Amino acid sequence: MRKRIFSLSILAALSLLVAGCGGGDDTTVYLVFDIGGRGDQSFNDSAAAGLDRATEELGIAASELEPTAGGENRDELLNLAAEDGAQLVFGVGFLFADAIAAAAQTHDETNFGLIDGFVPDLTADSNLVSLGFAEHEGSFLVGAAAALKTRTGKVGFIGGVEIDLIKRFEAGFAAGVKHIDPGIEIDVKYITQPPDFAGFTDPAKGKEIGAAMYQAGADVVYHAAGSSGGGLFQAAKEQSESTGSHVWAIGVDSDQYLTAGAEFQPYILTSMLKRVDVAVFETISTLVDDSFEGGYRTFDLSVDGVGYATSGGHVADIADQLDDLKDQVISGAISVPQAP
Amino acid sequence: MRANRRLVYAVVSSGLAIVFALLVSAVILAVSGNNPFEAYGQMFEYGVRVDSLASAVNRAVPLYFSAMAVALGFKMGLFNIGVEGQYRIAVLIAAAVGAAIALPGPLHVLAIILTAMAVGAAWSGFAGYLKVKRGVHEVISTIMLNYVATGMGAFLLANWLRQENPPGDLVIKTPEIPESGRLPSLNQVLEWVGLDPGRVNLYGMAVLAVVAGFGFHVLINHTRFGFELRASGASAGAARTAGIDPGRMVVLTMVISGAIAGLVGMAHLLGFFHRYTIDFPTMLGFTGIAVALLGRNHPAGMAAGALLFGWFDRATQILDLRGIPKEIVFILQGVILLSVVVAYAVVEVRIRAAESRAVTGALRPGAEEES
Repeated sequence: MRKRIFSLSILAALSLLVAGCGGGDDTTVYLVFDIGGRGDQSFNDSAAAGLDRATEELGIAASELEPTAGGENRDELLNLAAEDGAQLVFGVGFLFADAIAAAAQTHDETNFGLIDGFVPDLTADSNLVSLGFAEHEGSFLVGAAAALKTRTGKVGFIGGVEIDLIKRFEAGFAAGVKHIDPGIEIDVKYITQPPDFAGFTDPAKGKEIGAAMYQAGADVVYHAAGSSGGGLFQAAKEQSESTGSHVWAIGVDSDQYLTAGAEFQPYILTSMLKRVDVAVFETISTLVDDSFEGGYRTFDLSVDGVGYATSGGHVADIADQLDDLKDQVISGAISVPQAP
Repeated sequence: MRANRRLVYAVVSSGLAIVFALLVSAVILAVSGNNPFEAYGQMFEYGVRVDSLASAVNRAVPLYFSAMAVALGFKMGLFNIGVEGQYRIAVLIAAAVGAAIALPGPLHVLAIILTAMAVGAAWSGFAGYLKVKRGVHEVISTIMLNYVATGMGAFLLANWLRQENPPGDLVIKTPEIPESGRLPSLNQVLEWVGLDPGRVNLYGMAVLAVVAGFGFHVLINHTRFGFELRASGASAGAARTAGIDPGRMVVLTMVISGAIAGLVGMAHLLGFFHRYTIDFPTMLGFTGIAVALLGRNHPAGMAAGALLFGWFDRATQILDLRGIPKEIVFILQGVILLSVVVAYAVVEVRIRAAESRAVTGALRPGAEEES
């Protein structure tokens, strides 16, 4: 009991503190990360950024949790968050799908948001919203950028784990490349096969594959491989330095020009932005102004849920073409496939 | 008398080691700008709730089986590092079998458990065979078999054992085991004694863990196999001279150890997941090694160690929520383990010294009388 009062008073104090800069009164939001948590410079960090923005701009009180082991822990953390008084609980990552569906049923007073996952049979009345992204659309744009920048006529794609989600990145990328020039060769490689998910956290493998692609003549390589992508950036740097001919890497999820470190900035052409932060922020806003709806929301190009990064100015010369393509995708003039 | 003194030493030294670990962690918490009293207070308040205690037991059950599997090998100087791979391949195949067959209640559960034990035994027995017939050290073979188990499990799941998912569902998993193949929770029992574990379902496997603990004790101390096991562990040469076939002992020990390892995943499978998924808990085999060390391969000691690890794991969940880095628990576990091992070593040396003094003391007057 005392702990409860203590935690409530902390929350109350927090919301008082932030009430001055926003209208969110006593809204409390908990976010349960995927393994890796805040600081992975990719997917989880993007979710964290959305939460931070909501804390600042909407004046909500936020808490974070991170699972340690397997599925029974996810379940416990979601329940713990709901019991602790959260009005909205996020599960970041598709592995939360089963656990969050169960938690949403048990705690019908609490709202839940699932990032990237899929739960069947949701409606607007559900207390669970499934937040998806049109990764193929964003990948289409960086594919076009790769095709416009390549001089060797050969580009590469590195997927972390060969699952349907990552194949969506590959399909969009390939479509973008072929849209510019059907003659360009695309080298596709996945690091691991499910259920081995090490491919998302293996920079050494990312570097090895990236180096092999560059040596085989590719001069732009796009990765959708989580923190393994750090290895690709290293490979791009080393290849450029040792051969003297400049090669490019394309980042994913976050704007990796800004997150990967200054030494890699000359080699990061652009990044396919997957705005998990936008999804988190927007969902929290719907809660704050009482318009939360369950069901499915897809963040695509039209709402800037996905896109390409311009930091560094490496794509400044082709930005007009990319924006034109973006408009065509939004209008439906170009339809991007979701599977390779 | 001597056994009692050893027990007192063991309990006191591990108690002191835990206190020492708490102090070290408190210093680390304080240095990192957190109030250690508040952190421990939060952990304690959250940790003694009925649902937390039930959850701690749930976490302890797999660790206990894992520790027993490791400890059995330790008893004869065999280091089965492959419990990790053994339980994972065992639970995958048992889950697939459980979903594929239809049997009435208890038989269904029994079939799943026996499948897991058989797979674990075969996986581990292979390492025993390699040691005896090919001279491959079991540390090498079991650790390599862990990789084989991961790879083969991935292949089997992705290609043969997975269910067809509805579109959008990215979690690769085996089909669900029907109701008859699940183990009921013990919540009803808790309610009879007036305890309400809330949303936590106390795993039915806890009962089997207790039974297995007694079984382990009997096997080691009251069977011929146990005697031969301890004899081989104490002195392989003497055991051979006494007519114990070392090759047979190695294979037998690895087979039994693997069968116990097969039980590691059963608590989660039968009590929670009801299927194998890519999200199934990992690392239980490696943590089991730590628990076996902590519990000195003794069934009661390992039970205490498993419960301790399980409790810390559960109790630290609250720290995240209060903004205290929960990584502290890894530090805590590591320091506890280190200090317990050091404390045991120190105590062991003291006991040996005391015993040898006692023996020399007892011998000296006797020797004088005879001469």
